[in-house]
Amino acid sequence: MCATCGCGDGAGVRVTAVGRDGTPVHPHPHPHHHDHDDPDHAHTVVLEQRILAKNDRLAERNRRWLAARGCVVVNLMSAPGSGKTTLLERTIGEAALPLAVIEGDQETLADARRIEATGCPVVQINTGAGCHLDADMTARGLHALDPRPGSVVVVENVGNLVCPALFDLGETRRVVIMSTTEGPDKPLKYPQMFLGADLVLVNKIDLLPHLDLRLEEIVENVRAVNPTADLLPLSAARGEGMTTWYGWLGRLTDATAAHHGDAGGTVRS
Amino acid sequence: MHELSVTQGVVDAVVDALPGRRITRVDLDIGALSGVEPEALRFCFDLVTAGTGLEGAELVIAELPGRAHCEDCGSDFVLDTCILLCRCGSADVRVRSGQELQIRSVRVA
Repeated sequence: MCATCGCGDGAGVRVTAVGRDGTPVHPHPHPHHHDHDDPDHAHTVVLEQRILAKNDRLAERNRRWLAARGCVVVNLMSAPGSGKTTLLERTIGEAALPLAVIEGDQETLADARRIEATGCPVVQINTGAGCHLDADMTARGLHALDPRPGSVVVVENVGNLVCPALFDLGETRRVVIMSTTEGPDKPLKYPQMFLGADLVLVNKIDLLPHLDLRLEEIVENVRAVNPTADLLPLSAARGEGMTTWYGWLGRLTDATAAHHGDAGGTVRS
Repeated sequence: MHELSVTQGVVDAVVDALPGRRITRVDLDIGALSGVEPEALRFCFDLVTAGTGLEGAELVIAELPGRAHCEDCGSDFVLDTCILLCRCGSADVRVRSGQELQIRSVRVA
């Protein structure tokens, strides 16, 4: 399994603030809290603890850090090539929102350079062998990005419909993109990813006339896994549907402004 | 895939809770809808525990079924996948269990 997907332990993670002076990012402190009883005479110790509790704690810390700045964070996930970066390029150019971006990829600064070309603040996280971002990498990315108060931070996760679904980054909302060219059955094949989505964007609808599928099939399959997520068909390349997406993002910041001071946002387990 | 990180999560949590102790058995609850393959966890376990207090520990995984409740017809049923559909045809289905990803207990030497 690991040899197949190349998933690693995070030791090779690199964070790069693109467009800045390249100053190395210093790791933030990790105070550990040990809340165990004296186990000296115990044989079996009941823990009843979530396996990803450590990631969840770090994600919660990210959430508080962001809330204190009045920032919202969107965890943007999809398969490789669904149009995440194209969506961001167009959003930065057209939406009147204070955006900042964290790019996640195994290798290269390619996506960060595309975002940098738009003038938007961006940091690239390269996961090396890792197949997803986690809360610790996101914390390092956030510290390097240092977003201005009130920013909409979009974290473009590693292109992968499996692993990122499990890891809370401290996001306000989860957005999943699937594109029409991937076929209609992705929600059924990768249900965990779609189950956790607050919004599903169906991208590349401009290509529908050339494809042997109907938008209704995609919608039906998304609904089979997640009946309550917002669902928005659009074309990041041609612009159709994008205004509705900007409105959705804008309402997130309005909600945060209204609740500024609490740890607001969707908390996922 | 992500099971390597999940297994690392098990080791981190146990070492945090019981620093310096030697662990001989780890009991996990893994739900059928958790998105984690027990077989993949077993595959990673020896690799990830090597050189830690969990090295050589027995890994026992309780695989818990998914259970759901249909809000339309009121039936409770077993859910094998994340496709939320009742036999009555309704998609108004609430997941009751099966998403567990938990360390239940460990045995300390």
